[in-house]
Amino acid sequence: MKRKVTTEEVIHIAELSRLAFTDAECEAQREHLEKVLGYFETLDGVDIADVPPTAHILDAVNVLREDEVEPSFDNAELVANAPERDDGAYVVPRVVD
Amino acid sequence: MNGITDMGLCSLIDALDGKKLSATEATRACLDRIKATEDLNNFITVCEDEALKAAAAADARRKSGERGGLLGVPIAVKDNISTRGVKTTCASAFLSDYVPPFDATVVDKLKAAGAVIVGKTNMDEFAMGSTNENSHFSAAHNAADATRVTGGSSGGSANAVAARQVFAALGSDTGGSIRQPASYCGTVGLKPTYSAVSRYGLIAFASSLDQIGPFARTSEDALRVLGTIAGKDSRDSTSTDKLDLPDKLSGKVKGRTFGIADELLSGAASDVKTAFERTVALLEDNGAKIKKVKLGSVDAALAVYYVISSAEAASNLARFDGVKYGRRASGYRDIAELYTLSRTEFFGDEVKRRIMIGNYVLSSGYYDAYYLKASKIRTVIKREFDAALGCCDAILSPTVPTVAPKIGAQVDPAATYLSDVYTVPVNIAGLPAVSVPVGRSADGMPIGVQAIGKAFCDGDLLDTARAIETVTEGCGNA
Amino acid sequence: MLRPTIGCEVHAELKTATKLFCGCKNEFGGQPNTHCCPVCSGFPGTLPMLNRKAVEFAVKAGLALHCEINRFSKWDRKNYFYPDLPKAWQTSQYDLPLCVGGYVEFTLDGEKKRVRLNRIHLEEDAGKLIHDGGVSRVDYNRCGVPLIEIVTEPDMHSAEEVTAFLAELKSVLKYTGVSDVKMQEGSLRCDVNLSVAADGAPLGTRTETKNLNSFRSVARSIAFETRRQIELLESGGTVEQETRRFDDNRGIGYAMRSKEDAHDYRYFPEPDLMPVVFTDDDITAIKNGIPELKDARCARYAALGLPAYDAEVLTADPEVSDLFDNVVGLGADAKKASNFIMSEVLRLAKNGDEIEIKITAAALAEILGMLAADEINNLAAKSLLADVWGSDASPRKTAEEKGLLQSNDAGAIKEVFDAVIAANKKQAEDFLAGNDKLRGYFVGQVMRAAGGKANPKLINALLDEMKGK
Repeated sequence: MKRKVTTEEVIHIAELSRLAFTDAECEAQREHLEKVLGYFETLDGVDIADVPPTAHILDAVNVLREDEVEPSFDNAELVANAPERDDGAYVVPRVVD
Repeated sequence: MNGITDMGLCSLIDALDGKKLSATEATRACLDRIKATEDLNNFITVCEDEALKAAAAADARRKSGERGGLLGVPIAVKDNISTRGVKTTCASAFLSDYVPPFDATVVDKLKAAGAVIVGKTNMDEFAMGSTNENSHFSAAHNAADATRVTGGSSGGSANAVAARQVFAALGSDTGGSIRQPASYCGTVGLKPTYSAVSRYGLIAFASSLDQIGPFARTSEDALRVLGTIAGKDSRDSTSTDKLDLPDKLSGKVKGRTFGIADELLSGAASDVKTAFERTVALLEDNGAKIKKVKLGSVDAALAVYYVISSAEAASNLARFDGVKYGRRASGYRDIAELYTLSRTEFFGDEVKRRIMIGNYVLSSGYYDAYYLKASKIRTVIKREFDAALGCCDAILSPTVPTVAPKIGAQVDPAATYLSDVYTVPVNIAGLPAVSVPVGRSADGMPIGVQAIGKAFCDGDLLDTARAIETVTEGCGNA
Repeated sequence: MLRPTIGCEVHAELKTATKLFCGCKNEFGGQPNTHCCPVCSGFPGTLPMLNRKAVEFAVKAGLALHCEINRFSKWDRKNYFYPDLPKAWQTSQYDLPLCVGGYVEFTLDGEKKRVRLNRIHLEEDAGKLIHDGGVSRVDYNRCGVPLIEIVTEPDMHSAEEVTAFLAELKSVLKYTGVSDVKMQEGSLRCDVNLSVAADGAPLGTRTETKNLNSFRSVARSIAFETRRQIELLESGGTVEQETRRFDDNRGIGYAMRSKEDAHDYRYFPEPDLMPVVFTDDDITAIKNGIPELKDARCARYAALGLPAYDAEVLTADPEVSDLFDNVVGLGADAKKASNFIMSEVLRLAKNGDEIEIKITAAALAEILGMLAADEINNLAAKSLLADVWGSDASPRKTAEEKGLLQSNDAGAIKEVFDAVIAANKKQAEDFLAGNDKLRGYFVGQVMRAAGGKANPKLINALLDEMKGK
């Protein structure tokens, strides 16, 4: 499974990641990805026929909370870290559908 | 030296209980030591005022008859563990001003037990890295040799304990981030069984692998901290209450069986190998049985680890978008640019690399080839560990293939990933593991041995650590 | 002939007390970010704790809609960036949803129609954006509210079918008590997937029109999109697979600009939540908690002697059906109560797509009781209902105050009657000669002369008597 990574793929993944790269950075990312995907070839060396994926590393199930109201947080404290806020709300440039 | 800060944690508590010393004095001693050795760069934030207040409160509690817990013990907390009102940066430019409005559960527990949090420690950005060099606040310097790295990602915590700046510290371990710096710095570092310690408030790197654990100078001290922070938490669905911790460690060697797996030995540097073999021989000399065990799929563990941890990280770090907290870039024209410019400007290179790997393996068309396969191999590795641990008390290995490298020596990020080879399988299987100092290299750098225990047998594992400490006491250079 | 094929994704907010993963109140409205905590605001380090009630409600809805319940169900992350989604992923269910299969059955134009369901899964709602000039304000009050997403098979072919399906689905969800299903408050929202193709031909490329929040807007968007796709194909174009919106004010649909990561949501299992497992006993217990549903009530009403049509109307909404049951329980005649509710109560209760009952069963029973005892006439009953609607006034007191009680004093009515006959000699002769159309005229005249309070039965009796019957 020697995987070649193309520049187009890097650009696509960067878009999904909301990251921007210069051409040189893009090439460095591409090379790094290719190297790491090289490590991933060891995945093909393990016999996984009939092995279920690990749904969760713990075998606990049904960890549930009762439907009981807890006090909400102070609004000022919640939005205090926001780079831009107004009247208790976070503010972003107008979002167009 | 033999000052206050040279005491172990348990001796400190005895001294505090015996009124030979106050928490305020102990805290001041730590703060002074931190200042005197600040070039080590172990702390991102030192909270002097809060610490002295907490120390005074601890002294008052002790005066009114309270004992136990970590009452009055100065301790450091890795900077990816949320502290209400105290900056929690994850060593990232993105969160350089972030002040959480709540405490992590472990911080709640430390405070309830009377511990004095003196500061937030340096780390690799978002816990991604093995040298602490990926810190926005620059690398910490190893107390044993300032030209060398502390390891990572919990480098500041390990080094703060080794440098006698605090009596214990909390770190987090996703693929070795407690054990590896513990080995490089020469402290005890425990990664508890996955789920033993609540992750609520730990800023997630890879949720299915992350676990908070203690650094301390001895296994006995580590036990004390573990006892304080462990337990089921109503805010963490993945937390459990299954540890049965002893009050004291016996350190007995006789009658114990330790497993050794060739797969966890290959590639070790010669002094590391020597120190490891010497430890095994000493255990055997003192009556332990040594057994070969097989972990056939462990070769794939590194790949499994980088697939799963990067995938989870890509998702966990998507919330850093410049809207709710953290930094926001300028010059954006719309929401899409706000996201991209902020993330591009304020994430470091390694974080970006991991996000890219994660989104690659999760993206349409690749899920089955990478994530699903890795998730199945995870099951296989867990089964192999269960089988191997069925016939021994713990599996022993070197913690890291080498001693701490020089700062700046790691140039190929992909090659750096290989240094996690002995530690990552443990996180994949969710098991507890501890790194114990067993001596030094020819050039005086600490070397650690890793002991991997059975799930939820963290107390027994610390007993193994105590046994290793006992047999290797006074061991010099390898 | 090209015709549309339609499938729906319906989102219904569950009416739990708290959100899906934290203890914040699940409540509509409020100042921005006041029903919030670090968990639902997506703070780093926070973790979800699953609400037991939400899981039960989702399963309840599934059982009421004839679904199979998965014995092992898990949660997955659906990753995409949007300011209303603070974690940048929606916790949802990908390959192992709580409920699979199922169907919704309804009658349209006298024909029984069944729409198959693909699945129902539990997920969290997103926050809200309030647009204001050059900025959008982000409010996470709704963020983390539990939602079920009900996905149908592409079994519908017209706006009428879709609205009938939605009405029936809404009714079932309301009956089971898991959701308020108020479209204008957004607690029920519909995405419409639509493609067109010739009858019998393979399905065409579909578009998805998102977030429709009234039956009218569903119907209009279907009409619009059907026409658009047909015109496109007939002029030699092709339909793009895309996500669209419908602008209710302008009556037109348009493609969304934001591509939501081209649907590459990078789903993977949510590591912070444990799977949910059900035993048969668990499912039986939830089943037993489902209240009496529509079909059972219809059967019961048929046994009371109500026509099928009446039973259908009364049971369309559980609040109406409950009102009917309670009024009958308080002694009202079933047929009369049914007529009055269907004609008078429903007229007042209809508010857009919703039914809002603003009278107690006790008050309505009192009005019906007065009507049955001839203390008021039909007209007065209607006006009395309107008077006490939405207030807690006593019907009897109100009737007294407004002078709506009618007279049953035979002597007094006879006096007025005689005076009216005397003043209308010509008409009286015609009436006696057999012109029965004048009966209404006389009743009206007597009623007017008596100030509207005479019992019309008594007036009719006097007319009969005059005619010598």
